[in-house]
Amino acid sequence: MDRKIRVLVAKPGLDGHDRGAKVIARALRDDGMEVIYTGLRQTPEQIVQAAIQEDVDVVALSILSGAHNHLFPRVTELLKEKGAEDVLVIGGGVIPEADYGFLMSKGIAAVFGPGTPTKATIDFIREHVRQK
Amino acid sequence: MRALRGRGGRAHLIGVTGPPGSGKSTLCDKLIAALRKRGARVGVLAVDPSSPFTGGAILGDRLRMQSHATDEGVFIRSLASRGRLGGLSRATQAAARALDAAGYDFVLIETVGVGQSEVDIVKIADTVVLVSVPGLGDDIQVIKAGVMEIGDVFVVNKADRDGADRVVRELRSMLEMAATLRRNAVPASVDTLAGRTSALSAGKSGAAGFGAAKPGAVSGPGMTAPRPAREWSAEELAHHLTENANSVTVANDAELPPILKTVAETGEGVEELVEAVLAHRAGLAAAGLLEARRLEGIRAEMRSLIAFRLLDALEGGEGRAREDALAKAVLAGEEDVYGAAEALFAALSKGGRT
Repeated sequence: MDRKIRVLVAKPGLDGHDRGAKVIARALRDDGMEVIYTGLRQTPEQIVQAAIQEDVDVVALSILSGAHNHLFPRVTELLKEKGAEDVLVIGGGVIPEADYGFLMSKGIAAVFGPGTPTKATIDFIREHVRQK
Repeated sequence: MRALRGRGGRAHLIGVTGPPGSGKSTLCDKLIAALRKRGARVGVLAVDPSSPFTGGAILGDRLRMQSHATDEGVFIRSLASRGRLGGLSRATQAAARALDAAGYDFVLIETVGVGQSEVDIVKIADTVVLVSVPGLGDDIQVIKAGVMEIGDVFVVNKADRDGADRVVRELRSMLEMAATLRRNAVPASVDTLAGRTSALSAGKSGAAGFGAAKPGAVSGPGMTAPRPAREWSAEELAHHLTENANSVTVANDAELPPILKTVAETGEGVEELVEAVLAHRAGLAAAGLLEARRLEGIRAEMRSLIAFRLLDALEGGEGRAREDALAKAVLAGEEDVYGAAEALFAALSKGGRT
């Protein structure tokens, strides 16, 4: 049996809109992945703890509040602390392109802005998870 | 798994099962809190269904348990059913064993939302909590075979809604009917779930102090005395049930699985639920039935491992080719499906022996 790709879809920060996160979760599900959805307003600590307990391959962060430059790096930092830096971390939501470079320098593998076809995210995950 | 041999057996495995949306996850969340308050470490396995088409899954149980996300004494793992139909996933039993070996005092196992026939949890859990909610059907649903038979503790969740008391009454009357039938009909030697439950109730009423958690439970005169083991006629039974319709309820309390009302959202009734689970555990232990129950579970697990192996063998290139050829032969009318299955099984078991 094919090893299933497990993805944690998480929403850090204080905004209350998870439509996008749910669409992504559904799209990944339809592509045969196992998606753990943990809901709104998660702290980086909660997200990382869940990622470790669930042994996920990917953490997909969605944020609309503008706090990405603070919260995303905190997630990669904590993952590293816990010895789980092999987990692929990607981001999405409303993030100015000017911030992409900074986020990537902090270990976010890719950022997918509004309007990204779900296929692009799926392909990216499949490609980069397999490398491990 | 080999490394875990001999390290487990201490944790109490609590199964939580019930229909989709009945509040299993929220109830688990509150159970975790109540058990943590008692100083116990809690492992949780939450199973959600996989898509039969893509194999993907949305695992959303954890969402309801986020209040424990950073508590080091709680470990939550979501599992996708991955094609298994009994309400659990293939790996659930092994995962429970791992959590047990890791020193968690309780392992909560939340099944997928079940319908009528997903009863695998009874083979794994020491105590099965069956969650019902108001509004799902009438008293005929309650006496149907299957999932209604496996509860050790019955919960009517969302009890603040209309109809909760009716569900409690229906459950109670179902359990009373079952108890009365058991007392008179099931020989202990026949290996049925009813028989096992009967043994369990026998142990319960014999166990000192069990059921004492429920103040006000009255041992009615004559009601708990053993009755002659003979089949009752339908008339006798009907007469008995009608005649005792009122007294049975009170008198048999110690013998019936508890029925509790909860509102998981607010935590109402959860303390009582924990008490009931602990009382069930104490009853099992006092009657020496825990081991029997676990043995039964191990037996079932071995059987399913063998079944999986056979099915896996079918997935392989050669097995699949043979399966295809036989299926075509059946379709063409050259072979019947029983003969084809026989041939396939023979080929598989030969393959397994090498």
